[in-house]
Amino acid sequence: MLFVWVFFAVFAHNGFLSVQGTKSYLEVSSEIGILAIGVALLMISGEFDLSVGSLIGFSSMSLSLLTVEANLTMPAASLLTLLMVIFIGYCNGMIVVKSGLPSFIITLGSLFMIRGFTIAVSKIIIGRTQIGGIEESKGFSVMATIFSNSLTISGTDFPISIFWWMLFGVLGYFLLKHTQLGNWIFATGASQESAKLMGIPVKKVKISLFMLTAFCSWFIAVTQVTTFGGADVLRGEQKEFIAIIAAVIGGTLLTGGYGSIIGAMIGALIFGIVKQGIIFAGVDADWFQVFMGVMLVSAVLVNGTFRKKYSHG
Amino acid sequence: MDSNPIVLKKIYKNFGNVEALKDISMKTNSGEINCILGDNGAGKSTLVNIISGVFPPDKGDYRINNKQVGFLGPHEAIRAGISTVYQNLAIIPIMNIYRNFFLGNEPLKNEYFKTIDKKFAIDTTIKQLKRFDINIEDPKRSAGTLSGGERQILAIARALYFGAKILILDEPTSALGVKESNKVVEQIFLLKEQNINVILVSHNIDQAFMLGDKFFIIKNGEMVGQFDKLETSAKSLRTILEK
Repeated sequence: MLFVWVFFAVFAHNGFLSVQGTKSYLEVSSEIGILAIGVALLMISGEFDLSVGSLIGFSSMSLSLLTVEANLTMPAASLLTLLMVIFIGYCNGMIVVKSGLPSFIITLGSLFMIRGFTIAVSKIIIGRTQIGGIEESKGFSVMATIFSNSLTISGTDFPISIFWWMLFGVLGYFLLKHTQLGNWIFATGASQESAKLMGIPVKKVKISLFMLTAFCSWFIAVTQVTTFGGADVLRGEQKEFIAIIAAVIGGTLLTGGYGSIIGAMIGALIFGIVKQGIIFAGVDADWFQVFMGVMLVSAVLVNGTFRKKYSHG
Repeated sequence: MDSNPIVLKKIYKNFGNVEALKDISMKTNSGEINCILGDNGAGKSTLVNIISGVFPPDKGDYRINNKQVGFLGPHEAIRAGISTVYQNLAIIPIMNIYRNFFLGNEPLKNEYFKTIDKKFAIDTTIKQLKRFDINIEDPKRSAGTLSGGERQILAIARALYFGAKILILDEPTSALGVKESNKVVEQIFLLKEQNINVILVSHNIDQAFMLGDKFFIIKNGEMVGQFDKLETSAKSLRTILEK
């Protein structure tokens, strides 16, 4: 991580090191970071959630339609959307644990269903796939204060999402490392059968984590809607992959049973640094994807060696 | 002292059309090592699963301490003092030693936030393993770094610490080399002094004969012989098994 930062600090001196530059990559990191915390916890329990990106689109659209078209207040619309999203997360989890099928496939299905549903329903209701004008809705300022306010540090406004990211990170770290549930998450992902024999409710653990990733998507969606004052059905596209990449770069094993929240946060930070650093360095932004791909494969190779070392027998 | 006998009478279990167990009756006592012998597929695992509450028998009487029991799951059996150490599933290699020791029974520092009392967990793990002749300086090591024998002993130590009176050992040494195997055998033998009712499932007849007090031979789901150590020999056990 330090290497990546130093790399851009040297090559992208125009502005990367400034407070503005720092703000810009932290803002990008925070969005992916919040998602990556939920995704990492779920991956440690041995499951994937590919539907998180489409849930961001769904949440932002549902939230906007409920305020603009149905005249609900913003907090009410947010709450209603949250309930729907958590329920979708619950369904994802239920289907995975009941069927015993790979969550990769189940949530790939959810991804298409949710994305398609969001697009189709928006077209039916408003005839478009984008919506604006949410700033005028009642209670918008309350939600904006919570989700997209800024805190001024040395003359620059830092979006509050950075602080939410830090807070969720601390909570996630604490949960995983210091609580009983954290122990159960590790055990469920490492060996579901062994965990079950020790009396751990592995199904409940997994379902609640699917609900957590859904919550994270909702959180990002509210942040985006309050920041931009509008929504788009395509919001969150590919975020599911980027969140997984961040978690894996941070040391989370694809097979479950091992990983860290700090690692996932660092993964998200690398994502932000590279994405913004490349712009500051004046390199064509297309190279960003190449770089992330290389990082991902290297991380998986390193993680694989690690797993072999500790899980023989 | 409680003797915690297990008494099975006329136990039957079918899976579809397959008669996995037919008319099994047996009794095991505390302070004894009771060996269940039989080939693969003879019905040993089915019998173990019934005793440890994984599934109930179709027919028959199962009593512990003269009380009839009908477990709805392994967790109820554990509460009744029956612990099972499975050969492959006992320990999670990628988790550290103390987390393995307290898995599912985490000591809590704060009931509300359900935080784990790590200091207690670490100290207890070191102390309990020492009783079984394993000296671990750093229980934060992953359990995968323990030898095969040490892992089995860790699982046994854990079961005893959490109050097991009846301990089922499923092929505890089958995956181990001679030296590791001997370590485990030694510790199993010492369980008799702690008045544990040990049920040892094995297909290693020589080892079982050396350790055991009673022998139950299962073939095709039926009990074909029950012997005390004094009335048999490893040779005659083998003859019956291979007949």
